[in-house]
Amino acid sequence: MQSTMPSTTFMVLLLPFFAALFAPVLTRLFKHNAAWILALVPVLMFAHFCGFATQISEGEVVTGGYRWIPAFNVNFSWYIDGLSLTFALLITGIGALIVLYSGGYLKGHAQLGRFFSFILMFMGSMLGLVTSDSFLMFFVFWELTSITSFLLIGFDNKREASRRAALQALVVTGGGGLFLLAGLLLIWNVTGISEMSLLLRSGSGLSDSPYYLAIFILVLGGAFTKSAQFPLHFWLPNAMEAPTPVSAYLHSATMVKAGVYLLMRLNPVLGDTVVWQTVLPLFGGTTLIVGTLLAIRQTDLKLMLAYTTVSSLGLLVMLTGFGSEKAIEAAVLYLVAHSMFKGALFMVAGLVDHGAGTRDVRRLGGLMAAMPITFAAAIASAISMAGLPPFFGFLAKEEIYAALWEPGAWPLLLTLVAIVGNGLMFVIGFVVALKPFLGPRKQALSHAHEGPVLLWLGPVVLALASLGTALFSSLTHHLITSPMSSAVAGTPVEAHISLIPHIGMPLLLSAITVVFGIFAYRQVDRLRSTMFRLLETIGWGPDQGFDQFIRGIVRLSFRVTRIIHSGSLETYMKIIFILVALTILVPMVMFDELPNLPKMPESIVRYDLAIMIIAAIGLFSVVLAKDRLTAIVSLGIQGFAVALIFMLFGAPDLSFTQFMVETLSVVILALVMTRLKLTPTDHRPLHEKIIDIFISVAAATAFMLLLLKTVQVPFDPTLSDFFTRFSLSIAHGANIVNVILVDFRGTDTWGEIAVVMVAGLAILSLIRIRARPAEKIAANDPTDGEG
Amino acid sequence: MRTLIFRTVAPFLSSLMILFSVFVLLRGHNEPGGGFIGGLIAASAFAIYGIACGVSPVRRALYFHPMTLAGLGLLMSSAAGLLSIFAGVPFMTGLWVDVPLFGDTVALSTVLVFDIGVYFVVVGSITSMLLALEERSSD
Repeated sequence: MQSTMPSTTFMVLLLPFFAALFAPVLTRLFKHNAAWILALVPVLMFAHFCGFATQISEGEVVTGGYRWIPAFNVNFSWYIDGLSLTFALLITGIGALIVLYSGGYLKGHAQLGRFFSFILMFMGSMLGLVTSDSFLMFFVFWELTSITSFLLIGFDNKREASRRAALQALVVTGGGGLFLLAGLLLIWNVTGISEMSLLLRSGSGLSDSPYYLAIFILVLGGAFTKSAQFPLHFWLPNAMEAPTPVSAYLHSATMVKAGVYLLMRLNPVLGDTVVWQTVLPLFGGTTLIVGTLLAIRQTDLKLMLAYTTVSSLGLLVMLTGFGSEKAIEAAVLYLVAHSMFKGALFMVAGLVDHGAGTRDVRRLGGLMAAMPITFAAAIASAISMAGLPPFFGFLAKEEIYAALWEPGAWPLLLTLVAIVGNGLMFVIGFVVALKPFLGPRKQALSHAHEGPVLLWLGPVVLALASLGTALFSSLTHHLITSPMSSAVAGTPVEAHISLIPHIGMPLLLSAITVVFGIFAYRQVDRLRSTMFRLLETIGWGPDQGFDQFIRGIVRLSFRVTRIIHSGSLETYMKIIFILVALTILVPMVMFDELPNLPKMPESIVRYDLAIMIIAAIGLFSVVLAKDRLTAIVSLGIQGFAVALIFMLFGAPDLSFTQFMVETLSVVILALVMTRLKLTPTDHRPLHEKIIDIFISVAAATAFMLLLLKTVQVPFDPTLSDFFTRFSLSIAHGANIVNVILVDFRGTDTWGEIAVVMVAGLAILSLIRIRARPAEKIAANDPTDGEG
Repeated sequence: MRTLIFRTVAPFLSSLMILFSVFVLLRGHNEPGGGFIGGLIAASAFAIYGIACGVSPVRRALYFHPMTLAGLGLLMSSAAGLLSIFAGVPFMTGLWVDVPLFGDTVALSTVLVFDIGVYFVVVGSITSMLLALEERSSD
């Protein structure tokens, strides 16, 4: 651990959040050109992380951090290995392009500054997520990405569809976050380790732990929601309601890969078990196929890309779970390739939308002449997506087949799944890259034009990066692929694949994919209508399921509220006292902890007896009182008698307070009674009175027994000794009660006076409420119409 | 309730009670008393004044809204607690200063400030409640 490096890394981790603070001001000053300045932030961070590349390629890791809550062993610490570094470079590199792209895409938008702010906050959260070492920090950043994603999806907050999509994404990914938290805490409990780096180094015994299955399910709950695995994939296509830069950045290149990151991060400790190697490919493979089939059905460019993102995430999960080093290498290659080509294609979709005014593939065509740069970037990215040379996607595709082609029925099945999935993604890639640009130009598109440099810079750079990383594959492998694969596999892995074709099974499988892809491309319209009809007949999907789920919850809570909040004070009091009596009496009887009944003392001091008789008289007159005012005053008599008892037993402070409280209670009760215009006498019929008497006697008996029991437990004098000894010497006060209140336990008192004030405010507003005639209390009754 | 005797006596009685409440508050550290009890006494003083002479004289006499007093109290108590952080000791550690006064020394402390804060919170919250309840005629 170097002495200077950590602090710069710390600054770099905080930088995007600072930039987010200043983004609105800069945007007000420079309009959309603020993008050029703000893009410097991710560029700087990119440069910083590049500085680690050689070091990490030699197998080192960068760590550092600060203590956060030492008492709980919680640190703010980071851990950068090959996996984190690759993610960090993708986040900052693509992030810079996205910031520029946003400047062009939302040029003139009134809330552009806010948008920059959100994007930068997301960037900081995502970066924190992939560099976190301590579990808690990881979780905090994980949730922050969910929250920033929520803000970005709902950016266009005037439209109901984006609000719904934002909420849906938050519910799904936030719910998954809770699973993740539970999973991390369980790992923490089982191993006693709260840092990723230590967990990876510990060699763990997690897979042998009896809690392995629970941990596995909880971690998967987090990863599958975030990475949109079937059947939890539905939020991702809906998230396309966000502006295109968001879709390109969060919902294809970075955030949705957080789940994959989590799986890859924990692969060395959780992987290598039968469950892992069955469940992951099963869900991943299903997601891959379902995603591509749903993508075929779409006509909107962005939605097509969104569904292929779902399937790509499925492919990544499948490969991560496959278990071999080669599969992991393939996953790594595909992850990098996907971030580049899918980010670019999303930006292309945005460019087409910007230039031609629509994203519907049926209404697009012949834009090649009008948008040449866009077309070039699109075709390059589509080639990469289809897995053809000379782009990086080709390397990924070859490696996937090389990894999956193993003897046995299970690998064969997964190979078939990969061929179908890749073939269909080939189709989608070229539908997005060719259909809008080739063919006769549609009449409605005559005004179509190329976008400004801010818009086309991103896709062009990403396409070139796809090409460059493939051409100089040995350098890419040295700096990126091998270190990352080693981090994921937990053992050193060397990647060798290059653009030079190597005759063998992978190449043949690639050829099959391409043939299948070309065939399917020619039939794409028929495929689409078939899928459309199929989905029509099914008619139900997880998306509707989500709505039904939410509606169900709202109904349930409404019903529960109806039952619990009857609105009658009498019922509340009854429930409270019954529960008090039960919670005290039931355990006492069940565990046989009833107190020994004390004997009557031989001689009772006369004035003690007198006071007790006064108290009893007070109580009886409360019960027998003809009207309420008498009852209230009589209650005061009983209270005063208790205060006297306190006084006699040497607690002047308590007694003093009791006197005051009793006085004020009588005054307040009397005022409340006149204020609320209660009937002067008790209105309860006899049977209710009997029930109430029974409840009150039960509660009183419970308290009496509890007090007797407490007194019979041997007295532990530690605390009272402590207070007696130090009250005067340390806290300079002779009145121990007061010293405890304001000094020893001052923080308690502080909390209590805050409660007193809040209670006062609440009572004040309750008094001030004037009854309004016939107003419905529950305006959001779900039964009276939706929305 | 508003008999002549009561109305005549109430202002004196209330003033005496408030004086007494301050006395109870200040002596609290060494003898029975303290901010909480003092606050309750002062609140009953205002209640008596309100019952005897009506709410608006009380509001005028208080000048601030009682809730403002409660807020001030909470602020004082929090500030008394936070002060210790600047002295480099944990939150809520009592800090003591001996101030010479008329040839004698008086020990002042953040604890006292804290207790005065408690006093104000109690006075403010309960008085505002009581006054609001007494104000029924204005509805």
